[in-house]
Amino acid sequence: MDTDTLTHHDETTQQGSWDGASQPFKASYGKLMMWYFLLSDSFTFAGFLIAYGALRFSMPTWPVPDFVFSSLPGDIHHMPLIFVTIMTFILLASSYTMVRAVQEGHQENSKGVVKWMALTIIGGAAFLGCQAWEWTTLIGKEHMTILTNPFGTHTEAGVYLEGDGHDIKEGDAVIPGKSYIIHKHGDEWGQLKYKVTEGENAGQTKQLEFGPKAFGALFFFITGFHGFHVLSGVVFLLIIMLNAASGLYAKRKNGYEMVEKIGLYWHFVDLVWVFVFLLFYLI
Amino acid sequence: MGHVTYDESKKLANKTIVILAVITISEVLFALIGKGYIIDGVHFPHWLIAGVMILMSIIKAYLIIYEFMHMKYEVPGLVKTVLLPTLLLVWAIIAFSAEGKDWKARRDLIKHKNSETSELFMKK
Repeated sequence: MDTDTLTHHDETTQQGSWDGASQPFKASYGKLMMWYFLLSDSFTFAGFLIAYGALRFSMPTWPVPDFVFSSLPGDIHHMPLIFVTIMTFILLASSYTMVRAVQEGHQENSKGVVKWMALTIIGGAAFLGCQAWEWTTLIGKEHMTILTNPFGTHTEAGVYLEGDGHDIKEGDAVIPGKSYIIHKHGDEWGQLKYKVTEGENAGQTKQLEFGPKAFGALFFFITGFHGFHVLSGVVFLLIIMLNAASGLYAKRKNGYEMVEKIGLYWHFVDLVWVFVFLLFYLI
Repeated sequence: MGHVTYDESKKLANKTIVILAVITISEVLFALIGKGYIIDGVHFPHWLIAGVMILMSIIKAYLIIYEFMHMKYEVPGLVKTVLLPTLLLVWAIIAFSAEGKDWKARRDLIKHKNSETSELFMKK
């Protein structure tokens, strides 16, 4: 009797959109809050990327991305942007498999969800592997750190007075706008000497200078923050895939909504990469 | 969800991923051609490369948000509460770009003034 009155009471008072009975945005609480979390996260990323833009604009030169990011595994060099394009494709492909997992979830097809989520996890792990290789090359071989940036850009025309045993030979031309890397030999930095041939400093002997200091910190912090998102995404995907396989979501009978929520997060990580790719590698 | 059948949504996802892949390949090709890596001697102005890249990235972002994240099928209220706040970023991008350029102008000015002073000392 008591319960009856209570139910009746609820039905009469909670009818408006904001009374709590209905969903004004026709989305569950969890999904809505995932959207708002992603909104706030986009502001965090935007803060980082805008700082990158402001610092880049404040410098007379900036390392040219197709020079900095031109190595491939297997000691292949001078292949600008190829490796990072492969990384982008891996992430895009994992976004596609995620869409398929969500669609199978709506069909209440447990096997399909598990299969496509497993593929998404493989994609995420492959992306992290690529990023680990990229960082290892930059830190281990090219000696870039958060405080040292060996990638510079020439501003004057001239001639090299010495070679570095890599790509630069004595007598090579120094071309304004062209990038260089300062190699490290043991503890010594090989800041090559060159003679300026044009402009007001013509005749002077100068040595290669380090590039804008902020480059390393910005690169490692921004791609690192993104990579950390990918890593947490992979962990959550794994947990949700195991739950889907165990039949937990089938019992809830809500079209595998949990898969949909992690899907939103995963696509967001892909979305952020679009802009990291744009600002660090393309422009 | 509920608006399209399973087969339709599958086709739509296939179509979207193909478009995204094509845009990404054209971005990289455009960057490489524009900087003279593929055809010798061809160079596009930097503003053109940057402009095309930004435009293509915005199209990619639209496809990811509207198709993959299903924003297209959400009610207008949800779409507005999520997308409108990001307009604040438009201001932030303009303001901080201008600020960055100003830092550069001031740094150049100081450098210029310093060289003037050292020239004066040289004459003395």
